[in-house]
Amino acid sequence: MSTDTNPGPGITGDAAASDAKENNRRMRRVLFGCAAVTVLTTLAIFFVLIDNAVSYFFGARATEIALGASADRTVTFTQFLNVSELLAGEARWAPDHATPGHNAWPIIFGTLSITVGAAFVSIPIGTATALYISEYSSRSVRAKLKPTLEVLAGIPTIVYGYFAIAFINPVVLGPIAGLFGINIGRYSMLSGMLVVGFMTIPMVSSISEDAMQAVPDDLRNGAYALGATKYDVSLNVVIPAAISGIFASYILAVSRAIGETMAVTLAAGFNANVTANPFSEIMTMTSYMVSMARGTSAIGTVEYQSLFAVGLVLFCMTLTMNLLNDWFKRRFQEEYR
Amino acid sequence: MSRRNDDPSTDAPTDNVSTDDPSMDASSTDSPVGNDAARRPRTDGGVDTGTDTGRGEALFADVDLGREHLKNRAFLAVIFAASMFGVLVLALLLLDVITDFYVGITEFEIGLVQFFTADGSRRPERAGFMGAIIASVMLMALTAVLSFFIGVGSAIYLEEYAPNTRVTRLIEANLANLAGVPSIVYGLLALAALVNGIGLGPILLAGSVALALLVMPIIIVSAQEALRAVPDGVRNGSYATGATKWQTIRRVVLPSAMPGILTGTILALARAIGETAPLLMIGAIFVNRTPSGPFDRFSGMPTQIYAWAAEPSQHFIHLAAVGIVVLLAILLSMNAVAVLMRNKYETEV
Repeated sequence: MSTDTNPGPGITGDAAASDAKENNRRMRRVLFGCAAVTVLTTLAIFFVLIDNAVSYFFGARATEIALGASADRTVTFTQFLNVSELLAGEARWAPDHATPGHNAWPIIFGTLSITVGAAFVSIPIGTATALYISEYSSRSVRAKLKPTLEVLAGIPTIVYGYFAIAFINPVVLGPIAGLFGINIGRYSMLSGMLVVGFMTIPMVSSISEDAMQAVPDDLRNGAYALGATKYDVSLNVVIPAAISGIFASYILAVSRAIGETMAVTLAAGFNANVTANPFSEIMTMTSYMVSMARGTSAIGTVEYQSLFAVGLVLFCMTLTMNLLNDWFKRRFQEEYR
Repeated sequence: MSRRNDDPSTDAPTDNVSTDDPSMDASSTDSPVGNDAARRPRTDGGVDTGTDTGRGEALFADVDLGREHLKNRAFLAVIFAASMFGVLVLALLLLDVITDFYVGITEFEIGLVQFFTADGSRRPERAGFMGAIIASVMLMALTAVLSFFIGVGSAIYLEEYAPNTRVTRLIEANLANLAGVPSIVYGLLALAALVNGIGLGPILLAGSVALALLVMPIIIVSAQEALRAVPDGVRNGSYATGATKWQTIRRVVLPSAMPGILTGTILALARAIGETAPLLMIGAIFVNRTPSGPFDRFSGMPTQIYAWAAEPSQHFIHLAAVGIVVLLAILLSMNAVAVLMRNKYETEV
């Protein structure tokens, strides 16, 4: 694909040709500018999160400190991530409270428990769905099942949140909690886990299925020739061969669950508990951010500053997941391409 | 060993098995099961296992075929049930929303005319959705303008111009990462940079910038796919006439990739219209009136639904259900347009 073909003067006039070439060079620069916007977005996210998160810990934004504002320590990192308080059961996250609590573990715990709970739902079901679509289903079933799952993936998260608060929690979990003698509130950890699990099933199934489809048929045929059954082939040939892609789908689902906001907010609530009771209300990092946005958090208040500290932790967690996902995907592509 | 449910059930091998089997006493009991399983719906593996003969039975006489069949069928039942689970969830979700919609209209007497013509209100019997719908439409239009040109431009650069250098690889890797950034983080970016940084306040324009950045990776990736689908022969034909690269892209490549690009853009906008978290972060909530323009405060459809769903009153919950039906109907029609365009495009090429 050579860029600048040089037409002879006999075909086009020299002036027109050089105009066109100049225009080509100009457009190339403009288009590069467009592509650079995506890089600038990432840099801006980093900059904004770090700049404002600094104000939570040091009382002034990084840019203000660089311009000469005094930095006085408001919250220390040990306070922010104090593990011994967590283990003693005294960790409190309430930066806006009259006696503020600055230990972020309760909301990190909330995010992690929702993520783990959701993974227990979406990983087995998503993998089984992928296996069924890729290995077992007839063409007509697949032609119906895949678009259905795409619809499930395309439903806005706020609708899942509504589903949790209007159906899962009161109708499904309420009676179950009643059996244990627990009076379920408006929100519960378990409904958050379930609803986030449901919404990540399509991610696991579609990416895992792509990975399974990419496994060469020769491997399957080899196993069949040795007398393996379909069960053996599915579990002992297809899944091991597609494992990098399958893991990539798990990581993507986990990353999505960590950053999930609206469904979790409407399902799990706003109470920063560290608890093992699945029917109690908890708070995740994202629902904390929503609760602050609902209030009137003006600039310079600790509520506003804490948004960015929490946002930075959230961003770092999902970034790690994304890099891991990228690594698995590349490994998978190396194996079969 | 001889029978498994993956057999594409060509007639000859099945007959072969059934005629051979009676002589093999180890397998005669489960041969009907095997034939039955062979007729199961199956698979594209393209595996031809019809060559099994009786000799295999002798070699694998220790294999309990009955157990193997049971295991295979149980496994199929389990994963079939699992794959129906997603369908069940979707059905329950839609059923729940529609039931609440119906109850809202009958029991809470939410009038649809008022719902579409009134603004939001603190009093549920007066609340409507018009302000939110108009805000979302304006939000969509602005988001489309902001993200389409930059997104398609980036895709053209990456597909047509970009040399295979470290910078290009960095841009590509960054794109993959951006697609995984939680939407709420885009809200934080807009909050700090636009709402407070340059002092725009919680206005519609700030919201649409956040949404445009959010859907940009989706638009870029789908536009890249559309450009990649244009055959190289078309490009070379254009170059042969003496056209420059840009002339080729402008007059030849883009027109034939445009249906694919537009399909991807509509799907990306359908994603954006349902996004709630970024709008909440910039403070687009508790605004009940219709925005007058891109510099006005606003509350979109999803944020209005959230505000209603978070209310303890049942009347508000049912208002949320009616709002969700409207939101889903809009999403459905956007997706339908995208699918129609895709189908038309596929038949053309």
